[in-house]
Amino acid sequence: MIFTDIIFYTLATILLFAAIRVITTRNPVVAALHLVLAFFTAAGIWLLLEAEFLAIALVLVYVGAVMVLFLFVVMMLDINLDKLREGFWDYLPMAGIIGLLMAVEMVMVLGGKFFISAKMPPKPADYSNTAELGRVLYSDYLLPFELASVVLLVAIVAAIVLTLRDRKESKSMNAADQVLVKKADRLRIISMPSEQMPAEPISTRSAEQTNELVNKHVNKETK
Amino acid sequence: MESIQADLITVLPELTVLSMAMFILLADLFLKPSNRVLVYVLAQMTLFVAAYFTISTHVPTVGYAFTGMFVDDPLADVLKLMIVLGTAMMFVYTRQYMQLRGMFRGEYYALVLFSVLGMMVMVSGQSMLTIYMGLELLSLCLYSLVALDRDNAKSSEAAMKYFVLGALASGMLLYGMSMIYGMTGSLNIAEIGNVLQESNTKNPVLILGLVFIVAGLAFKFGAVPFQMWVPDVYQGAPTSITMLIGSVPKLAAFAIAIRLLAQGLYPLTADWQDMLLMMAVLSIAIGNLTAIAQTNLKRMLAYSTISHVGFLLFGLMSGSLNGYASSMFYISAYVLMTLAGFGMILMLSRKGFEAENLDDLKGLNQRSPWAAFLMLITMFSMAGVPPTIGFYAKFTVLQAALQAGFLWAVVFAVLMAAVGAFYYLRIVKLMYFDAPQENAMISAPADMKLVLSVNAIALLALGLMPQTLMQICGVAIGASLQ
Repeated sequence: MIFTDIIFYTLATILLFAAIRVITTRNPVVAALHLVLAFFTAAGIWLLLEAEFLAIALVLVYVGAVMVLFLFVVMMLDINLDKLREGFWDYLPMAGIIGLLMAVEMVMVLGGKFFISAKMPPKPADYSNTAELGRVLYSDYLLPFELASVVLLVAIVAAIVLTLRDRKESKSMNAADQVLVKKADRLRIISMPSEQMPAEPISTRSAEQTNELVNKHVNKETK
Repeated sequence: MESIQADLITVLPELTVLSMAMFILLADLFLKPSNRVLVYVLAQMTLFVAAYFTISTHVPTVGYAFTGMFVDDPLADVLKLMIVLGTAMMFVYTRQYMQLRGMFRGEYYALVLFSVLGMMVMVSGQSMLTIYMGLELLSLCLYSLVALDRDNAKSSEAAMKYFVLGALASGMLLYGMSMIYGMTGSLNIAEIGNVLQESNTKNPVLILGLVFIVAGLAFKFGAVPFQMWVPDVYQGAPTSITMLIGSVPKLAAFAIAIRLLAQGLYPLTADWQDMLLMMAVLSIAIGNLTAIAQTNLKRMLAYSTISHVGFLLFGLMSGSLNGYASSMFYISAYVLMTLAGFGMILMLSRKGFEAENLDDLKGLNQRSPWAAFLMLITMFSMAGVPPTIGFYAKFTVLQAALQAGFLWAVVFAVLMAAVGAFYYLRIVKLMYFDAPQENAMISAPADMKLVLSVNAIALLALGLMPQTLMQICGVAIGASLQ
């Protein structure tokens, strides 16, 4: 027993450390990497609980796929964390009090006496919880399982509906639209009174003044 | 092998909707824009076939499928029929609106059909897992539908708010469910009821789970104090989507409230009664009082929804079969009224113009006496003026609450209903006694005019003869909750 205890506490310490680093570090990439570490150690704890399938799934799905994608996103976005942290200290007292109250309430309700279960009898060595999960997933839980697939399909459709659009810089032309263009779409004829001549006739200026003005203008342009 | 066949026959309406939604997604790719209307026809056909299967597989007893995950009882059948028909009406109302705004795409119909599937699953959920999956399916479709008008900043903001708060509510519901599961050791609704009934002990964990479940439900209904999202989403979403959000999903929310509270957690009735009482009274007060100050019609209807939810909760909290049946009557009446109200907004809107302000209704009687008359019936019904259905619905709900002994709450609700009548009647005043601000022609397709007329007249007709609908609700509730 003592060996598994040592493993558990080691993993738990690493897990807690990683989780705290996720929310305290300033660099989002470091935070994401610590989240990977947290998932990894959590998977280790699940292995200790003999939930092999869940442990492997956590590593494959979260560490392998989700977090890698997440890292890409974090690296591509230019997030200014200082701006996000603005007002942190102003909100801290209020948030701290509420958080503490909630924690105390939860401990009072959930603490100790209700969730003590009888120790589960150990399973034989050749027991495979992957096979067991597969059996219930495709028999007892067939309907929710299929519904989950529909939810995923909707997620794909929704994501495409919301993001797919013709690129603005695309130079491709739609011939049908071009043929349909009417004169009114391109040309706007407006009626307006003819422009008046300036009130001060130019001829009153002397030739030198005009030259000066022209020179000034040219100088400005060359500058 | 035989059992899976029986299971599949039980879920025939759902299967129809699912397969047709996917077919529409694919078919839309091969259709020319000029033939896009075919998608609409397909979607309508899907709904009618689903309605047909719902009726044809109807049996007056309770049946289970998929190892007790799915229940097919009269309550589910009646609610499914209402959901399908309500959605079909919504499709009729929104066709022109979507065409004029460039949102008439196959994905719109596919997403709405997926949300209908989600609602049908919720209505038939007999396991907390099935209920949750149905709810997520519905919510996910609604989030993306709100943002369908992508270039509109208001819609995107509404969708974001709806998404974040909705995810929070789903989380709360799930957390509550997990605690109930932890305490009873079962996800099955009926079994939870049995375990709780036998153990007959109340421990704080159960109550904590109940609180989370009630909070999650209240969010989905839009009851105070979880109503913050309602006005913003109603106003920000395209009117056609607001119509969808405001109408049929409430039927599904009602169904899961019945399943979770009345079927599963009935041994804790006294506890959830108190919670519902608080929410009901607050919803009616805040909904009605805030609606008075609104100048935007969609926002006003949002607050009106909140107050209607309050009345609905009055029926639920009375904790009797009679009360549940009156709640069911109320929610069906509410759906009809909402469809008519938003149908009118859609009819008055045209390309580049949204008739969403109260002032846009000014002098409607001079522009179109028939439209004004239909709106008059709708507003009277929402206010609860006899002889419309709204009056009878409020009457039965309050009667049930009175029988359960909530005298003061009922008196308060009646007072608040009188306050609420003010803003509904203000619309009538605007339509009949003010000069019109604009004289644009009201152009709506004939089918929309016809369905809208039938819808509004039904509010009057059902108000005069409520017995049939009331009987259907009573029988459905009675047969499903023994």
